[in-house]
Amino acid sequence: MKTYTTNFGSLADFTKGSIDIIDDDPKRYVFSNIFEVASTSRPYEKVAVGKNRQYVVEAIRAEGTSEWRTAPHDEFALVMDGEVEIRLQKLGPDDTAATAERGSNALKGAPSGAMMGRVVARRGHMTLLPVGAAYQFHADKPSVILLQTQDGPDTVHKWADIIQTVA
Amino acid sequence: MTIAAPVKVDSTGPNTDGYRSFRLGEFKFRRDEYFVYVEWPTGKHVMSADSFLKALQRDVAWQFFYGIVNFDGVVGTVNHYGTVDLFAGRYNDVYRKAELDHLENFSTPMIKATFDEMLDDWTNAGFDPFASPTETGSAFGIKHGDNRAAITRHRVTASRMVSVPGDEPLRNDENGHPVNRHFLDVAQDEPEKHPEPGFDGEISSFNLYAYLSRSQVTWNPSVVSVCGDSLYCPTTEEYILPIIHGNDRVEWFIQLSDELIWQVEDRDSGAALAKVTMRSGDVAAMPADIRHQGYAPKRAMLLVWENADPALPALISSGQLPSVPVEI
Repeated sequence: MKTYTTNFGSLADFTKGSIDIIDDDPKRYVFSNIFEVASTSRPYEKVAVGKNRQYVVEAIRAEGTSEWRTAPHDEFALVMDGEVEIRLQKLGPDDTAATAERGSNALKGAPSGAMMGRVVARRGHMTLLPVGAAYQFHADKPSVILLQTQDGPDTVHKWADIIQTVA
Repeated sequence: MTIAAPVKVDSTGPNTDGYRSFRLGEFKFRRDEYFVYVEWPTGKHVMSADSFLKALQRDVAWQFFYGIVNFDGVVGTVNHYGTVDLFAGRYNDVYRKAELDHLENFSTPMIKATFDEMLDDWTNAGFDPFASPTETGSAFGIKHGDNRAAITRHRVTASRMVSVPGDEPLRNDENGHPVNRHFLDVAQDEPEKHPEPGFDGEISSFNLYAYLSRSQVTWNPSVVSVCGDSLYCPTTEEYILPIIHGNDRVEWFIQLSDELIWQVEDRDSGAALAKVTMRSGDVAAMPADIRHQGYAPKRAMLLVWENADPALPALISSGQLPSVPVEI
């Protein structure tokens, strides 16, 4: 029986695809690679790699410990490379002021609510970052998170730097 | 409360090969051992029965999906979310210019009921339209049995996230989801969850890649997480997408594993626009004015990301929103 090998990219080893244009503008496809973006990002820089109206998916380089963040809606963190500890804590009465209309917002320091727990997530693991809670990421080694969220105050849009612009 | 009247499907008894024929408005559908024949007032068309059934299966299971489901370059449907257009040649430049195209609009229950019965009657025992070619029997031959378990299988639509208490469950051997032969090397470990006392049910995390490695079907986006109208709809792909999907909104693809090749055409004319080769970590938008068909040499994990906002098709078709997600 043939043995199949599943190819998952990583920060250390990825092979980007391409757009072969026949009669179109490559910019319309907004083509990028999450590992390539994360390889040049600052730790926990929230770089949009997909945008659909108010919704975004962000490529995040996880390295060291992030600030505490919260959002007025559920978010979902998919680890695409490495290992990330996700710490969850309830918001306290003074923390909700940090919540903008949408997207994730940084807290000033740690939240004041009860500790909910933590998750150690590796490649392929998806974690709910629930509304009403704050979260903090920690990674001992550079790792990659894909975040399903909404366009927020700290979402970085640098499309011209990350997408294929020529045929 | 209004109770909808039952829909009467217009069909005949079995032909000499055992298959019923169907009629929707002025469209006529019939099949024999190998082929499906479609007729309309200005033309006729023929498709291989297996190709037709694979496309029909997805159109039915997806409730006509977002936008256009082209069964091939001639026949397909357009979802208006309450009604559905059935067309022949409408999105084919040659048919349009020759004025051989035809389109009729039906209530969604009407066309759904007809397609449901057609799929049920024309799917033989052993043929699974959702399976990859090497994991199913043949669609061909005179009518023999049915495969209702396959054509009516549950479609995953998480309301928050797979594995959250009360939401869609995880897959495992015990509930009939063994690891697919192409994904035997995919790690099956689960995240380490350490809830504080009292928060057992509020810490939710699961192995999405292991979950996808146990998918029984191909080319079937299913909702695993929901952020407002933002839906993560991952799917496993092998061989060829059995439909050509015409967008009525921007759709995004995030390649999780392996490689896919997308053939992109103008949505309305079918003119070739681009080929997009995607490998693990690649992200690409499909603009709202194109149609696309994917090719997967090995079973691959694809994250389809949709915006389910019902206002989008009208905003885009009226020009109030662009057909691209980002203007650079």
